[in-house]
Amino acid sequence: MFADYSTSDLIAIFAMQGFAGLILFSVFVLMALGLAIIFGQMGVINMAHGEFMILGAYVTYLMSNLFSAYMPALFSMYFFVAMAVAFVAAGALGMLVEWALIRHLYKRPLDTLLATWGLSLILQQTYRTVFGAREVGVSIPDWMMGSLPITDLIEVPINGIFVMVLAISISVGVYVMMYRSGWGKQVRAINNNRQMADAVGINTAWTDRMTFAIGCGVAGVAGSAFTMIGSTGPTSGQLYIVDTFLVVVFGGAGSLLGTIASAFSISQAQSIMEFFLSGSMAKVLTLLTVVGILMLRPQGLFSLKLRK
Amino acid sequence: MTDTKKSPEISNLSRRTVLAGGAALSASLFTPKMLRAQDFPTDVVNTTGLAVTDTTVTCGILHSITGTMAISETGSVQAEKLAIEQINAQGGILGRKIEFIQEDGASDWPTFAEKAKKLLVQDKVASVMGCWTSASRKAVLPVFEQYNGFLYYPTFYEGLEQSPNVIYTGQEATQQIIAGLDWVNQTKGAKTFYLLGSDYIWPRTSNKIARKHIENFMDGCKVVGEEYYPLGHTQFNSVINKIRLRKPDVIYAIVVGGSNVAFYKQLTAAGIDPTEESPIVLTISVTEDEIRGIGGENIDGAYACMKYFQSLENENNQAFVKAFKDMWGDEIVIGDVTQAAYLGPWLWKAAVEQAGSFDVDKVREASPGIELTSAPEGYVKVHENHHLWSKTRVGRAKADGQYEVVFETADLVEPDPFPEGYQ
Amino acid sequence: MHPMPIKHSFMTRRDLVGYAILAAIIFIVFPALLEPFRLNLFGKYLTYAFVAIGLVLCWGVGGILSLGQGVFFGLGGYCMAMFLKLEASSPENTAIQSTPGIPDFMDWNQITALPWWWEPFNSLAFTLVAVIVVPVVFSFIIGVAMFRRRVGGVYFAIITQAIAAILTILIIGQQGFTGGVNGITDLRTLNGWDIRTDEAKTLLYFVNGGLLFVVLLIAQFVRKSKLGRLLIAMRDQEDRVRFSGYDVANFKIFIFCLGGAFAAIGGAMFTLQVGFMSPSFVGIVPSIEMVIYAAVGGRLSILGAVYGTLLVNYAKTSFSESFPELWLFGLGALFIAVVMAFPNGLAGLWSEHVEPRLMRLWPGAANDTAASTAEKTPAE
Repeated sequence: MFADYSTSDLIAIFAMQGFAGLILFSVFVLMALGLAIIFGQMGVINMAHGEFMILGAYVTYLMSNLFSAYMPALFSMYFFVAMAVAFVAAGALGMLVEWALIRHLYKRPLDTLLATWGLSLILQQTYRTVFGAREVGVSIPDWMMGSLPITDLIEVPINGIFVMVLAISISVGVYVMMYRSGWGKQVRAINNNRQMADAVGINTAWTDRMTFAIGCGVAGVAGSAFTMIGSTGPTSGQLYIVDTFLVVVFGGAGSLLGTIASAFSISQAQSIMEFFLSGSMAKVLTLLTVVGILMLRPQGLFSLKLRK
Repeated sequence: MTDTKKSPEISNLSRRTVLAGGAALSASLFTPKMLRAQDFPTDVVNTTGLAVTDTTVTCGILHSITGTMAISETGSVQAEKLAIEQINAQGGILGRKIEFIQEDGASDWPTFAEKAKKLLVQDKVASVMGCWTSASRKAVLPVFEQYNGFLYYPTFYEGLEQSPNVIYTGQEATQQIIAGLDWVNQTKGAKTFYLLGSDYIWPRTSNKIARKHIENFMDGCKVVGEEYYPLGHTQFNSVINKIRLRKPDVIYAIVVGGSNVAFYKQLTAAGIDPTEESPIVLTISVTEDEIRGIGGENIDGAYACMKYFQSLENENNQAFVKAFKDMWGDEIVIGDVTQAAYLGPWLWKAAVEQAGSFDVDKVREASPGIELTSAPEGYVKVHENHHLWSKTRVGRAKADGQYEVVFETADLVEPDPFPEGYQ
Repeated sequence: MHPMPIKHSFMTRRDLVGYAILAAIIFIVFPALLEPFRLNLFGKYLTYAFVAIGLVLCWGVGGILSLGQGVFFGLGGYCMAMFLKLEASSPENTAIQSTPGIPDFMDWNQITALPWWWEPFNSLAFTLVAVIVVPVVFSFIIGVAMFRRRVGGVYFAIITQAIAAILTILIIGQQGFTGGVNGITDLRTLNGWDIRTDEAKTLLYFVNGGLLFVVLLIAQFVRKSKLGRLLIAMRDQEDRVRFSGYDVANFKIFIFCLGGAFAAIGGAMFTLQVGFMSPSFVGIVPSIEMVIYAAVGGRLSILGAVYGTLLVNYAKTSFSESFPELWLFGLGALFIAVVMAFPNGLAGLWSEHVEPRLMRLWPGAANDTAASTAEKTPAE
């Protein structure tokens, strides 16, 4: 298929394709990180993850309207404010949900699945009632649109770079929080042995609530960022949910590193196959590969060695 | 299924006929001839036990209010309610006010079938306005055929179907596709096409027709790529790179739903600005409704090929847009399917009054040849094959979310659901 | 843990009364009260009850929550639909196509010959076997891969969910062979017998009810057998069972396959009664909704599963007829309520509130009540 193209063309395309793979990787990381924190550290599966993302997207939509109406001069910077607000909003909702639902169910992890699924239905209908059934258009500042020419032939989408930078910063932030801070130590201690952690004076209830809130907050930021590349509607969250779960499952529970490794391998496989095959086929092959590997190694790529 | 009969008498409608039809609109819309119910006794106009009384007739509205398709189907529901209200303001059908029973298909095909059955068997509705996706139509079709219901289906679709129990008020694929391809070839000199679609029957069939037309009927033109992505796919950077590599003159995109938004956002972000027209972006799946979600600035400059745009300049349309906004708010936009859905109740009224009966068999018999001069899109006429003769137009998307009409076929395009040479 | 001795007969008098009441409802009350359209609707609901019964065994009894039961429901339904579609695609019926004699959707996708794996579905006997075997083999593969490696709990739930999603994408993507997102539609006859008439639907309703009782009795048998008690033991203390020398994985695989087989029968009956099959039953959303049927009925109660299914579906239909916008709120609230407030569902409400009162009037069955309370509430 490449016989008709010049070498420089091909180099440019492969460079851009590599970049497309990295963007996909970043998108996957952003999608999955919030879920991985909650699942990995608390053993809770948040089925409403997609809806928390869409909450972030709607917050961004509201902020863009707010800025263009009252502070048009600052519009070019609104996105950063929107992401911060999205984090706070999704985190606050997460805290509320943890308080009202999740904390009663820590001993029944399967039941949290059902409860959060119910929550996701309620959130979807709430969005539909408040914002209408149609998708809303989120206007993005001009500087974030378009692409950055690197050479004559190689162009890189700016929103892609933005998503990558965001994915890296959030990953680093989560890493520092989990593995370099006292708070992270507490979270991990609870994860390893709740009674013991309680006994040494860790406020487990509060730590749980914060962990859940942070997981949801990260989802909100991801949703906010995805307004640049995707749709914002009541059911848009459902578009991400399959990929998100696959990334987390494939990575193995309880391992943030696993999540990132899995996001990387799935995104690269998908992006390479998409380039050489047709889109639908690529998706199916990627999924089949993932399931095949999961059949051989159901605990995922990285899993904590815990005695059961 | 009935035979595909062409009707020779209207194969070549002149532009003049159409204009005359347009002028007749105001007459038909604003000074309706009032039919009085007592002239049409109920036991005469309803011999099959439909929900018709001396003062009312009941029809069904069957769309998704919830679920993923609610996004698309809301406009159709609004248009149908508007048409019903307007018809009632004129005295209804055969002197009977239309009452409607609305059911939610919930974006779920079996639910559509269940609700369709409920409307026909339990509520005995005289007709149904409804469905949006092909899947929902396929699900209800056996129900309508078994219980002899009558469905007005508003969406442009893939064709390959002709049911005696359905009037298709949207365009079938050849009507929508061929004119646009010819236009982009003749006025823009486009020779190479990259076909892209969501992975289900409508984009695949449409692209099949497009490919046949490009390869067999357009001199020196070829398809340089054809690709499908799963419904709901949100990552298009790889295909955009492929498009760059192949350098087509036209990206022919039939992406739907949430994917649509992602595709156009990523396309502009990747530096392919539709306004530069290299390549030209031509779509048949983006109406004004979809642009709201995509954002006008992301699709500015792309061309869409369908039969109706909100910006059409004719009296019918101006009245329609105003009435629609009065009823549903100024913010609302009106897309192709919404307009087609609006035609449903009007076509039904015309057919019933032509037949002098609500009986489905008589309405079906009266339907072919029914003309509507008051349609917002202009003159339309029901073909023997239950589709509409209609014009096809090309619009250029603007940043404000509206289309500027840049081309319109001179004649009405004949519907051809089973096109020979395109199979 | 519980001091009271537990009776393990196959069916106590109390169970017997429960089954008799359900039989009366399904075979006498519904047909007598409902017009054919509503009866067919209830027949459709009852096909989901097959799935819910399987879930009671897997999830309530065995502690394995599968969020992919739609896969098995769908596979069973698709096997049946393939047979019916082939029968409906006789060369006479499809004369308008460019290749007569193959299903219409294949013709639309430029397929000119019937794929080899469709061929056997010309035979009704093969189809009836396939309806059970295909899903069971599929669940066996999943079960072996997961349970042999001691994957369970939440992790198993999301893997089954991922499988449901993948299968949906596969079916939709391979539309030339599967009918894609439209599904396999317009099914007409079963060996020449028109399944669309009211009489046929009424008959199918009774066949469905009969099969449901067969499944119920199998489930009851498993539940009361040694296997059923082992499953409960595994659910509560898996390691102790393992250390007692039992191969835990085998029991789990068996119960998972059994649940799959039940779901498949439901799927096949669904296809027959509704007249089509589509990928919208295979995905995540229907699979999770099926779990709620079992949860509302009471995750430990086999009979409860049937009542739960009927109740949720009836609520869905009537709710969405009157307040379509509110249905999702209602369903969502139901999920949360059943988890937070009524973890034992209808069966729990019955045995905790209604039955004690009845018992005062009819003291003979007190021993049975004790037996039922002993097995309640999973302790994790």
